Amino acid sequence: MKKSVYNGLFLVIAILLVLPFIVPNSFYLDLAIRMAINAVIVLGLNLLIGFAGQISLGHAGFLGIGAYASAVLPTHFGWHPLLAMGAGAAATGILAALVARPIFKLKGNYLAMATLGLGIIINIALRNEAQWTGGPDGMPVPAMGLFGFELSNDKQWYWVVAILLSVSVWASLNLIDSPFGRALRALHGSEVASQVVGVDVVRYKVAIFVLSAVFASLMGSVTAHYVGFVSPNFADFFHSIELVTMVVIGGMASVYGSLVGAVLLTALPQALATFEGWETVVFGAILMLSMIFLPRGLVPTLAAKFGKGE
Amino acid sequence: MLAQFLQFLFSGITVGATYALAALGFTLIYNASNVINFAQGEFIMLGGMLAVFFAQAGLPLPVALLLAILVPAVVGVLIEKFAIEPVKGAETVTLIIITIGASLVIRGLVAVTLGKGTHSLPAFSGETPIDILGATLIPQSLWVLGVTAVVVVALWYYFNRTLQGKAMLATSYNRLAAELVGINTSWVLFMSFAMSAALGALGGILITPITLTSYDVGIMLGLKGFVAAVLGGLGNGLGAVVGGLLVGILEAMGAGYISSAYKDAIPFVLILFILFFMPRGLFGGKSTDRV
Repeated sequence: MKKSVYNGLFLVIAILLVLPFIVPNSFYLDLAIRMAINAVIVLGLNLLIGFAGQISLGHAGFLGIGAYASAVLPTHFGWHPLLAMGAGAAATGILAALVARPIFKLKGNYLAMATLGLGIIINIALRNEAQWTGGPDGMPVPAMGLFGFELSNDKQWYWVVAILLSVSVWASLNLIDSPFGRALRALHGSEVASQVVGVDVVRYKVAIFVLSAVFASLMGSVTAHYVGFVSPNFADFFHSIELVTMVVIGGMASVYGSLVGAVLLTALPQALATFEGWETVVFGAILMLSMIFLPRGLVPTLAAKFGKGE
Repeated sequence: MLAQFLQFLFSGITVGATYALAALGFTLIYNASNVINFAQGEFIMLGGMLAVFFAQAGLPLPVALLLAILVPAVVGVLIEKFAIEPVKGAETVTLIIITIGASLVIRGLVAVTLGKGTHSLPAFSGETPIDILGATLIPQSLWVLGVTAVVVVALWYYFNRTLQGKAMLATSYNRLAAELVGINTSWVLFMSFAMSAALGALGGILITPITLTSYDVGIMLGLKGFVAAVLGGLGNGLGAVVGGLLVGILEAMGAGYISSAYKDAIPFVLILFILFFMPRGLFGGKSTDRV
C-alpha cells in the first residue's frame, strides 16, 4: 500500500487528539462525539454504497435493532450491556444475511424498494411493541459499564468514540485494498466482467451488506448508551436517508469523504436551528443543490480539482 | 361475515385507487427518465392541502379543485426543469436524494404557509351512506373509484391512440432511438412530471374527504404508491393500477383481520415477499442487460 494513503489517517488521528483541548464547551464536545459516531456508521455504509455500488435505504433499521437491543435486554432481562450489544449485532447480522440473498438478486430501484421496506417494517415493529420498547415515546437506556468502570462523562465517551473512529478508518483503508475490497470495486464496475474473472458476485454483496449492517447495529448500541435514551425516530426512514446523504455528499467510494459527509450533516441541523420553522425547507434545498452541483460529492470533486487522488 | 368482508373490501379499493394514481405517477416519470420520484407523495399531500386552502379562501369548489391540480403540476415541472434535467444520467442514489430534497422543500413550505393542522374537505355529493349487503359504501368512495376509472381509460387512450402518447411510450422504450426519429425527449420529460404531479394531486383531493389531510401525509402515501408501482412491475401502467388496488385491498384486509397496529407495515411485507420470488414484480417482463 502506498504510504500517502496513511497520511490522511494520521491527520484524522491528529485532529482527534487535539480536538477535546480546543473545543470551547461541552456543547461542542457533544457535537464532536455525535459526528464521530455518525462517521463510523457512514464508513460502513460507504463500503456498501460507494465501493460495492449497492443502495440501502433501510440502514437506520439496523441502527435501531442495535440501539433497542442495548435498551431492552439490560432493562427487562438484566443482561450486561456488552452482551446486549453483541446480541443486537448478532441478530442484525443474521437478519441481514437472511434477507440479503433474495434482496441482492435485485438491482437499482428494486433494491432500493426492498431495503426501504425492511427498514420501515423494523421501525413499525419498534413503534408497536410498546410493552418492550416504550412505543413511540421511546425508553431510557442504562449506562454502559466497561470492566467495572462506568462510562459516565462526555470526556470518557469522546476517547472511546475517537478510538473506534480511528480503528474504523484504518480498517476501511485496508479493506478496500484487500482482495475483498478489489472484488467489491470490480463488481461495482461491471458485475458480468467480475463474474467472468471469478468473483462470486452475490456472495460478496451479501458479505458487505451484512458487514455494514453489523457496523450500524454496533454503533446504534453505542449511540443508545451515549445518549441514554432511544426512540423510534432513530430508526425511521428519514434517518436512513440522512445516512445515505452523508455518504453521497462526502463522496461515494471515498473513506475521507465519509468523514466529511458525517461531520457536515451532523452539524447542519445545529446551524439551521436559527431558521426557526424553515429548517426543513433549507435542509431540503441544501440536499438538492449539493447533488445538482456536486453530484460526485465534496471530497472526490475537490481532489479532482486539485489534481491529487486520495 | 360477508358484510364485514365487503366493508374491508370497499375501504381497501377506495384507498387503493389513490395508491394506483400515485403508482401511475411513479410509472410515468420512471418511464421517461428512469428516476424514482420520491416527491410523488408530496403531490398527493399538495393536492389535498391546496384544495382545502382554495375552498376556504371562498373559491367555488370546482375552481378550487382545478387549481389544486394545476399548482402541483407546475411544481412538478419546476422540479423537472431545475433539479432533474441538469443532472441527466446521474447515479440512482444521487437522483433519489434530489427528489427527497424536493419533497422536504415542498413539505416544509406547506408546513410554514398552511400550518401543521389536520384539514378536511366536504364530500362532493352528500354523506348519506349506501347500504350494500349489510356493508356501507360512502358516496365519496364512488367519486374516488369513478374518477380513477375515467383517468385510467383516458391515459390508456392517450398512450395507445394519440401521437403524443405514443411519443412518450417510444421514449420509455429507447430514448436514443426516439430522438433519432425526431421525438423531443425533453418535452416528454416535461410532460411526464406535469402529468404525474397532476395525477398525485387528483388522488390527494379525492381521498381528503375520507381520510383527512395534513402537511405530513405525503411520505407514507408516496411510499405505498412506490410499493404499488414496484408490485405491478416498475414501468408497467396496467401493473401500477392493479398494484395500487391490490396494496389497498390487502392493507384493509390485514388491518381488519390481522392487526390494525401493523396496517402500515403490510404493504412493505407484501413487497418484500413479492420481490423475493418475482424480482421484477407481478407484470414485469424478463429483462436482458447489454454487457
